[in-house]
Amino acid sequence: MVSFQPTDEQQQLINAIRRYSTDDVRAIAHESDEGGGFPADVIETGWQIGLVPTAIPEELGGLGEMSAVTGVLAAEELAFGDLSLAFNVMSPALFAYPVILYGTAEQRETWLPLFLDEKMPRATAALLEPGVFFDARELKTTATKAGDKVRLNGSKAYVPNAENADVMLVYARDSENGQLDAYLVQKGTPGVSIEKKEDLLGIRALPTYRVQLSDAEVDAPCRLGGAVGCNYENILNRGRVALSALAVGVARAAFEYARDYAKQRVAFGVPIAQKQAIAFMLAEMAIEVDAARMMTWEAAWRIDQGQDAAEITKAAYLAKQYADKAVLQVTDSAVQILGGYGFIREYPAERWLRNGRGFPMFEGMAIV
Amino acid sequence: MTISFEIPEKLLPEVEFIKGVAEWGMRPVSRELDENEHARPTAFAEMTWPFMRDTQKRNLERMLAAANGETSEKKRSGPSTQILRLMLMIEMLSWGDAGIYLCLPGGALGGAAIEAVGTPEQKIRFLSRFAEGEVPAWGAMAMTEPGAGSDTSAIRTTAVFDKDTNEWVLNGEKIFCTNGKLALEESNGLVVVWATIDRSAGRAGMRPFVVEAGTPGVKVTKLEIKHGIRASDTAAIVLDNARIPADNILGSPEVQRGEGSGGFKGAMATFDATRPLVAASALGIGRACVEFVKQTLKENGVEIPYDQPYHKLTAVQRDVLEMEAQLKAAYLLTLRAVSLLDHGEPNNLESAMCKAKAGKVVTQIGQKSVELLGVLGYSKETLVEKWMRDGKINDLYEGTGQINTLIVARRILNYSSKELS
Repeated sequence: MVSFQPTDEQQQLINAIRRYSTDDVRAIAHESDEGGGFPADVIETGWQIGLVPTAIPEELGGLGEMSAVTGVLAAEELAFGDLSLAFNVMSPALFAYPVILYGTAEQRETWLPLFLDEKMPRATAALLEPGVFFDARELKTTATKAGDKVRLNGSKAYVPNAENADVMLVYARDSENGQLDAYLVQKGTPGVSIEKKEDLLGIRALPTYRVQLSDAEVDAPCRLGGAVGCNYENILNRGRVALSALAVGVARAAFEYARDYAKQRVAFGVPIAQKQAIAFMLAEMAIEVDAARMMTWEAAWRIDQGQDAAEITKAAYLAKQYADKAVLQVTDSAVQILGGYGFIREYPAERWLRNGRGFPMFEGMAIV
Repeated sequence: MTISFEIPEKLLPEVEFIKGVAEWGMRPVSRELDENEHARPTAFAEMTWPFMRDTQKRNLERMLAAANGETSEKKRSGPSTQILRLMLMIEMLSWGDAGIYLCLPGGALGGAAIEAVGTPEQKIRFLSRFAEGEVPAWGAMAMTEPGAGSDTSAIRTTAVFDKDTNEWVLNGEKIFCTNGKLALEESNGLVVVWATIDRSAGRAGMRPFVVEAGTPGVKVTKLEIKHGIRASDTAAIVLDNARIPADNILGSPEVQRGEGSGGFKGAMATFDATRPLVAASALGIGRACVEFVKQTLKENGVEIPYDQPYHKLTAVQRDVLEMEAQLKAAYLLTLRAVSLLDHGEPNNLESAMCKAKAGKVVTQIGQKSVELLGVLGYSKETLVEKWMRDGKINDLYEGTGQINTLIVARRILNYSSKELS
């Protein structure tokens, strides 16, 4: 049965996050962007929404409910508040979700209980690599067997919260058979260095880092999923869907702000929203936000249905491609509607445009 | 409720059946009916009439039962799937041929207006012809005039009540009437004609009237030669002192002044139901294009990947991926508008959104498909150039893309038509 109505529980979650995004996050989004980070207590409040503990299996103390649809609903609301904040709050899931999905019994028992804590655990993941032409299917970072150890070599970019992370998943290519895997790398592992804090066009309130791996040695059992490994494609797809949802959230923020602005800004004696030139831009923005959201929901729904991998990949890929373009178009239109104010940092539209521009580059930075 | 995109399984056999109709009854005659505009699609009408007649019979019986306060046979569990079923059928039929789809025997937009605002007596009197008998019948809607397109309040056709004979007397000229010829000359059909009963009242004075085939004073004066959907006739109709019975008016003959009053608002509301179905037709044409382009590219060694980064894609692959993403977005917006209708929820905004989107998308996909296929695409050797021409109509009728965008704008801004015109 076709339906576009979230469940009551999902709606309550949406409402709770919307309140948080509107009241707690928006109020300090500008200064956090300028200052390079959100206050810890605001991030903690976001963590306490409790998405990750919900996803942790019951036998380990969670609720065992991991729904991609619920995930994208939450992600949109978080990004509606602020994209940096959303990445920040969702970053522990970058580690926890792949472990929930593919971790060995030992990996799950060792690590997942940490994520039941009320205090946000310090965990992240490293997928992106610096330079042009990143291709998630052809990672340059390598994993090489050396006895009962594995040596990791390469460079990782845009790793959220890497500096304080107690543990991170590092994605790498097996130097022998080319298989793509993730490795659980703990803080203090020799050969892992946090090179520098990234200085980016947008998401400036999210601390991201360049991570260098120079013969970083981990025990062989640190490979996610042990001998079996992980379903890398599925992790990527869950990431694509999460990022699409975040793009929708940013786009919706820009649309709603521009809409409200256009209704109160008077020119030539009437609110500019009463001019078709502006009204039509707003209508197009509304359509694109909704279209991107539908693409995202549908891909997430396919994941929850456990559909055929090729179908999920196609849906997630198209959703991301669509949302990448929509968020740029919508945030740019918002800047345009605000006119000169759109160009001023004190107003949020230019921040949303800078944040929105990043989506085609973002991969593996969020997961549902 | 929960978010779901699951098409109910019970609808699938019917969609499969329609696919057969599209493949065997439409595609083979696509070119022929495109080149012989205004030829009666006899074979198609005969093939589809029994199915359409029986469907419309069940529909009519259901409506009449509901009017008598009877609940349908078994108590319905959950929302309806009626509009979704229509959407999927129209999408598939238009994948076959969008022009021939319009020639499907039945009440079409005229029937929809009668269903929406007719009394039970009117429904029996007017709709029975689409629900019984051995020969097909068609309905049509005549709204547009030479001086009144999107601005329907400018309609000049008049309806004057003649007390002596208890008849309405209609005078005026209607154009762009889809299936006007099939309805008036090729069958015992009917046309729902929009006319004003009080010019000074503006929109509040507008009413739909049912004009049956054979009414003296009603004449098809011209058949348009068109860019696309050439299998379907588009007629100009002159009403010259055309007399119709008093109870052929749909809605109340009393004029209530003020915007949004009277029959006009009710009729506009039927667009909320018909616009997603026009979008569905656009989706079918778009899918035909995308499938054909992908198949042809494949035969020529170009596959479309769904997991490659942007820099690894060729320009052609990017174009095809963009077409697919846009088509899917239009599909999902349409599905949402339809689902709201089936759940009995208002969908004015969503309906306008999906129509604006699908009309634009099918236009772009058709044009891009011709371009991507190069010399082959521009040639009449394949149907792609025809699909490009057929697709464009969806951005024009049932409200142009601009009118639908305007409706979206008013809804999101909470503006009246006065505040945003």
